[in-house]
Amino acid sequence: MCLAIPMRIIEVDGTRGLVESSGVRYEIRLDLVGDVRIDEFVLVHAGYAIQVMDEEAAAEQLALLEHLLSEEAGDSLPDPGA
Amino acid sequence: MPVPDEIFRDPVRLAKFADRLLRHGSTRALVFMHVCGTHEHAIARAGLRSLLPDSLRIIAGPGCPVCVCPPEEIDLAARLALEAGVVVATFGDMLRVPGRISLAEARSRGGDIRVVASAAAAVEIARHEPGREVVLFAVGFETTACTTAAALLAHPPDNFSILSAHRLIPPALEALAGMEGLALDGFLLPGHVLAVTGPEPYDRFVRLTGRPCAVAGFEPVDILLGLESLVRMANAGEAGLVNAYPRAVRPGGNSRAVEAMARAFTVGDARWRGLGTIPGTGLDVHPERQRHDARHRFALAGETIAVPDDAPGCLCSRVMIGLAEPEDCSLFGTVCTPETPHGPCMVSAEGTCRSRHLYPAAGSVGGTRTVTDREGGAS
Repeated sequence: MCLAIPMRIIEVDGTRGLVESSGVRYEIRLDLVGDVRIDEFVLVHAGYAIQVMDEEAAAEQLALLEHLLSEEAGDSLPDPGA
Repeated sequence: MPVPDEIFRDPVRLAKFADRLLRHGSTRALVFMHVCGTHEHAIARAGLRSLLPDSLRIIAGPGCPVCVCPPEEIDLAARLALEAGVVVATFGDMLRVPGRISLAEARSRGGDIRVVASAAAAVEIARHEPGREVVLFAVGFETTACTTAAALLAHPPDNFSILSAHRLIPPALEALAGMEGLALDGFLLPGHVLAVTGPEPYDRFVRLTGRPCAVAGFEPVDILLGLESLVRMANAGEAGLVNAYPRAVRPGGNSRAVEAMARAFTVGDARWRGLGTIPGTGLDVHPERQRHDARHRFALAGETIAVPDDAPGCLCSRVMIGLAEPEDCSLFGTVCTPETPHGPCMVSAEGTCRSRHLYPAAGSVGGTRTVTDREGGAS
């Protein structure tokens, strides 16, 4: 019951929203998040969006991950979470 | 262009990253505890334990809200259905968790127990059936508690009430940190919970334990990112909290959700299956919303009946706090299976035993070492 899954916003109608994940659509509640835009990702848990995913942070972390993986023989562990 | 979460479960990146952890990991044995059923499920499903170096061990802590729900609360929900004749709405995982009787048994005895996917769905039942009393048996940590709070604050009908079995994680972790026999080098914190609360409520825990903590998401690469931070900090002897899930976890968390919980609930003491009573870990319906509090509305408070935590021979209460592995239990996989669960860890989809039973190859590497086997130890 505790699974929280990022899903893409497809429709917004007040505090109700329609989201999509892996081709499946779900009706969710948006009471706990502010304004959300179509195509934004929200973290959905127990039928409610509980947070809006930060795309910029995701892109930054991904870039850092790629950097870590491209290092051939790094001898220390940089901070991937900083 | 949005970054889809799929990238964080890409098998190529995962293998390369795991290899990196193998090559740059710690030379001494490290034991990290996660405290979240979703982490256990993700770790088992992706087979992460088999990818990690032998020196790195991940154990499951008390992170399954269904598993830690004590029998007397299940009993209370069953009695509300059977004695008070109300509709009890709850999440599917709760049905088979053992109390004196489970909710599934209460249903077979005629109790009107319905599975819902959200608190909002329970409110809908109350709206559609104004002649019935509808009680949401609300279980879960902060991630679920805020959704119950949202339902309570969205002007539910008068025939809707809550039986709150919600629990808060930070004070429970603080209690866990002081337990004897727990020898841990760091903690992997649950990304969805800290997405709601922010990292701040864990500052005290970090200070108390003097151990590294990392908050991580639930894709396999997310978990490795968290583990890498833990290894790096443990090697350096540092304490602190690293945010390895910045796309969902931000300072202050989700202020709307935090505020909703503060308006809907007050904090109280609560019992955890396997851990006993932990001060400050329960959420009671706020006195201002007493008419939506099932404990008040149906006057069942104080009629608690003592129910033993576990079935005879069941090690769930030790498995839940990382002091035993599922394989240490003689019931595991023999009489206790997902089809015939004896203890809560086998009932819930996020329970350690259920997860280990479904994905046995992904279990603990090198058999069942106990926490005390390794050198050193946390106090």
